[in-house]
Amino acid sequence: MSDLKFKPGQAVDVARAMRWGAWAVAEYRLFSMSKWMGSMFAFGLGNPVIYLISIGLGIGALVDINTGGQGINGVSYLQFVAPALLATTAINAVMEEVTFPTMQGFVWDKMFFAMNNTPITPKQIANGIMITATVRGVFNVLLYELILWLFGAVPVTSLLPMFITSLFAAVAFAAAMMSVTVRLENDDALFAIIGRFVISPMFLFSGTFYPLDQMPIYLQWIGWISPMWHSTQLGRFLSYGMPLETWQLVMHISFLSAVFVIGILAAYPKFESRLQK
Amino acid sequence: MSLIQAGVTSAVAIAERRRGKLGQSVYAGRPHRVIQRSFFALKSSTWLGVVSGFVEPVFYLLAFGLGIGQIIGNLTDGAGNPVSYSQYIAPALLATSAMNGAIYDSTWNVFFKMHFAKLYQTMLHTSLGALDVAIGEISWALMRGTVYAIGFMIVVTPMGLVTSWYGLLAIPAATLIAFGFGSIGMAVTSYVTNFQQMNWVNFFMLPMFMFSGTFFPISIYPEPIQYVVMAMPLWQGVEMVRGLMLGIIDGALFVHIAYFLLMTIAGLIFTTRRLTALFMR
Amino acid sequence: MTSDMIVAKDLKKVYGDFVAVDGINFTVKQGESFGLLGPNGAGKSTTMKMISSVSKRTGGELTILGKDPDKFGPEIRAHLGVVPQKDMLDRELKAWENLYTYGRYFGLSRKFLKPKVEELLAFAQLEEKRNEKVEELSGGMQRRLAIARGLVNEPEMLLLDEPTTGLDPQARHILWDRLFRLKEQGVTLVITTHYMDEAEQLCDRLIVMDKGKIMADGSPTELIKKYSSKEVVEVRFGTDKNEQFADEIKKLADRIEVLPDRILVYTAHGEQTLEAIVAKGMNPVTSLVRRSSLEDVFLRLTGRTLVD
Repeated sequence: MSDLKFKPGQAVDVARAMRWGAWAVAEYRLFSMSKWMGSMFAFGLGNPVIYLISIGLGIGALVDINTGGQGINGVSYLQFVAPALLATTAINAVMEEVTFPTMQGFVWDKMFFAMNNTPITPKQIANGIMITATVRGVFNVLLYELILWLFGAVPVTSLLPMFITSLFAAVAFAAAMMSVTVRLENDDALFAIIGRFVISPMFLFSGTFYPLDQMPIYLQWIGWISPMWHSTQLGRFLSYGMPLETWQLVMHISFLSAVFVIGILAAYPKFESRLQK
Repeated sequence: MSLIQAGVTSAVAIAERRRGKLGQSVYAGRPHRVIQRSFFALKSSTWLGVVSGFVEPVFYLLAFGLGIGQIIGNLTDGAGNPVSYSQYIAPALLATSAMNGAIYDSTWNVFFKMHFAKLYQTMLHTSLGALDVAIGEISWALMRGTVYAIGFMIVVTPMGLVTSWYGLLAIPAATLIAFGFGSIGMAVTSYVTNFQQMNWVNFFMLPMFMFSGTFFPISIYPEPIQYVVMAMPLWQGVEMVRGLMLGIIDGALFVHIAYFLLMTIAGLIFTTRRLTALFMR
Repeated sequence: MTSDMIVAKDLKKVYGDFVAVDGINFTVKQGESFGLLGPNGAGKSTTMKMISSVSKRTGGELTILGKDPDKFGPEIRAHLGVVPQKDMLDRELKAWENLYTYGRYFGLSRKFLKPKVEELLAFAQLEEKRNEKVEELSGGMQRRLAIARGLVNEPEMLLLDEPTTGLDPQARHILWDRLFRLKEQGVTLVITTHYMDEAEQLCDRLIVMDKGKIMADGSPTELIKKYSSKEVVEVRFGTDKNEQFADEIKKLADRIEVLPDRILVYTAHGEQTLEAIVAKGMNPVTSLVRRSSLEDVFLRLTGRTLVD
């Protein structure tokens, strides 16, 4: 142990520390994440690419044989599922951030408590998580769009607008999921249960693989309340021009905005009460 | 035998029951004690998390069978008869159910027990041997896989998706599938040292699930790829269950059975070796 | 009044219907080394969390560095160094990365942090472990790393919650020495501990807490003087016999305490008292004469021993 010499209380620029708190949190999370970059992209993109090939091309072959290539909305099956797969990719990418790593910060290594011992506030921690989730979303959406485009599943002109809608839907979902995670006292198989009873049905029953109105009516509600369906509908509108009324457009965007706002408003106070007990 | 002759306590006598017998260094003849421990742990865990494991294949059946089935129409089975799309995917999802049940327990749970709870160290400090632990844990995975398969059968039979009495044999077939996956899963997990490597298990599972003739016939692939798929354990399981549920019994069935028996034995051998190497140095 | 680092008046913290801190008063002055002493559950850690400006008080007044922590939490925390009881290190990051990322939370620049991290690694004797992940470090190393991390922002006041729990004796003495040097540079230290020797070594002044209340306060020497005698004789006669000799011994001492396994005899002259006991024909199985400590103070104040 060598000696340490300093003048107490001179080093920190308080205003600066307070202003950049959320970014410091995001910087830290991206920094620790950069170690798993490779596997992160492998998982974040591997799964949707597998779905693209197996469902878009594999099942798509069966569908297209049976319908002459214009089974749904008059486009090939690959074109039909591509926007849904993009929505899934975006949501999965952000969800990775607001489930286990967020739980870890509260429960396993308690890093959020350590952060809160610095000028960083609970709200800034929540914001930092959201920034990180968004960054992850951006990378995954961009790369997956590139893949979709290479497969000829989406037109190049739709890439930018679809980037915005799918990312926005994903971030809205992240806010909602974060407000749930912050309320979990421990893991206790709850993520597995949420995965099976929320995430998986959302993926399967949101008009992902065929139009929602072809589902039995008692299953259609799952689509109505799932951000995934709203994101997919917007994507189909932007990608191959699936007809949507103006009121439908407004409804999809408003629904996603509401999920975002409610999620954030529900998350902030719990971050505060949990960290500052 | 000197210890027993010395007339020490009965506990030691029981512990030394298999002394001098084959494999005494790794097997004490009490894997059921390991299973019993899992039962105790189950009682205090979140039952919904355990029971819910079988719902995912049911969701897939609903989503694909109901929705895409309407668009696709009928497919043909191995004997050339038309089958509905739901009938086609149901056996595949049953096999997947059994696989999932076994894999959940033998991979993630085993990983936690090895690296966080240090459970196997504790067990091997008693008179239990590595093979007891391996059999006990794998049997537990197998039971979970079987329970998932039964749950799945209870859901699909009323839907008219089981067309043959041979379909009842799908349950022991699912047990065999679970045994194979549980055994290999635990063997692989015992070699894994960190979380990142564990993720690769998932990474391998999804494509296997999607491409093993589950949702569409493998005849869609070029021939070399077909052989790769046929080497995959899930394809073997899917074909075995599909044959039984659709009532097509032929020699291939025995190939599938042999495949899983080999897989199980290989898994047991590697697990036992690894546990011995890790904890009984 | 800038020299008052902490002023607590009638400070209270209630969780549901459990009163963790029950109206305590104390002041910590700049450059002081202040101890909170008491058994587990006494309210030390809760008090510490309120001082760290992360836990809001239920009642009373609290001023840290001249400010109200409920209103100015981040400003205050910018000048505090906190070493939590559980280290709360990022186990997946390397040693140096833990220091670096933590420094960034204070808005410190990369330029400032680069040499700072090296300095702190040297301070914690972890230079050779700089590239090891935290999960690969021993318990003692993790503790040292957590302490180094608490110093990254060159704090005015360092808060240490049970700093040496889990360290071996040698490591404790080294740490005490380093903390003492920090104090010499003007860093105010606030330490919770249930180790009496630690409090005696480190603290200029301390409060003894039990069940959320302050039982006594003062310097270690003052407290010992006030609540104990100069020396203590510990005698053991065997579990069943301690009681039976108690009355006899009482006559030879200022005061005694009969514990399940031994009798503590408080006196100004230990050796003489022990001789007197033996002279009376009582032959203890073991005996020990020692100086009075804070342990004795606590026993006197609460009627209980401080157990880990």
